[in-house]
Amino acid sequence: MSATAPATAASSAAEPAPRLRYVLRLADASLILAQRLGEWIGHAPALEEDLGLANTALDLMGQARLLLAYAGELEGQGRDADALAFLREEHEFLNPMLVEQPNGDFAHTIVRQFLFDAWQHDLYTGLASSSDTRLAAIAAKALKETRYHLTYSSGWMIRLGDGTEESHARMQRALDALWPYTNELVETDGIDREMIAAGVAPPMAPIAAAWSARIDAVLREATLKRPHAVSFRWYGKQGHHSEHLGYLLAEMQHLPRTYRGASW
Amino acid sequence: MPDTEKRSDGWALYEVFIRARSGLDHKHVGSVHATDARMALEHARDVYTRRQEGVSIWVVCSSDILASDPAEADALFEPARDKVYRHPTFYDIPDEVKTL
Repeated sequence: MSATAPATAASSAAEPAPRLRYVLRLADASLILAQRLGEWIGHAPALEEDLGLANTALDLMGQARLLLAYAGELEGQGRDADALAFLREEHEFLNPMLVEQPNGDFAHTIVRQFLFDAWQHDLYTGLASSSDTRLAAIAAKALKETRYHLTYSSGWMIRLGDGTEESHARMQRALDALWPYTNELVETDGIDREMIAAGVAPPMAPIAAAWSARIDAVLREATLKRPHAVSFRWYGKQGHHSEHLGYLLAEMQHLPRTYRGASW
Repeated sequence: MPDTEKRSDGWALYEVFIRARSGLDHKHVGSVHATDARMALEHARDVYTRRQEGVSIWVVCSSDILASDPAEADALFEPARDKVYRHPTFYDIPDEVKTL
């Protein structure tokens, strides 16, 4: 063993922590939104929308599985995707607070989806050329799904925003309610900046600009008003959550926690 | 957007045609409800191509299809019944023709 080996081992053992948290943020964003969308199954306004929302949920679930499996490997504690999804506590989930917000009416679901899709589209476009080849491959695969999700949610934004008086009012209400949660999507904290410096995550400024322009273009066509910026900040990605996540996790986790190791 | 016949709630029925593979025809597979053609295409994708059934989708508003009247079947289709000579089975194909 060479003299430098312990130092190398120590730095590589310490290194995954920020990367692990960054991957968990991505994984949890997809996982929690998938769970929310799943709540629509059997309740959507039309059979076709039922399937559409379920398809999107399954796409997001697929992304979460790949990302959680990777996170499990980075963690190196032998936890697989299921263990990370079902056996972590609320404060260990690092999804942005936007995705845990309740479905509300169809307008809330669509606005939440659109804000998320636009963000994921621009972020994953950057991630597809990440220095982390595993992450780059997952992002490239997910991007094909996200493109469709964005088309779908943009279509509904415009259709309902520029629809009847009732649908317009509901969409504006949903947008006003959900807008504050977008801050944390496009702002960076220490972990983000460390990942950006390492070339794992793409620089956020151009993504925030692209995201903002994309939102404006759709809002204009949907005749919706972009809400004013608020100074209050939410940090779901640091494990601080609204009261809604606990209930969501209780529903998502109670079966695997009650019957450990249960399978189909 | 074509001027289509819609229900009172603004939705209309669209017929869906899927091409299973390149080179094949689009085949009628069913229908979806939608408020416009673009939405119908997305619904067709979500309902009918979940299991890799297709590489191309057409949607047509059902009210834009003019269908023959079953009551007129006699007048439309009976006259062809006794004209078997219209089938190309009465010609001897020359041996030199290989690829017909």
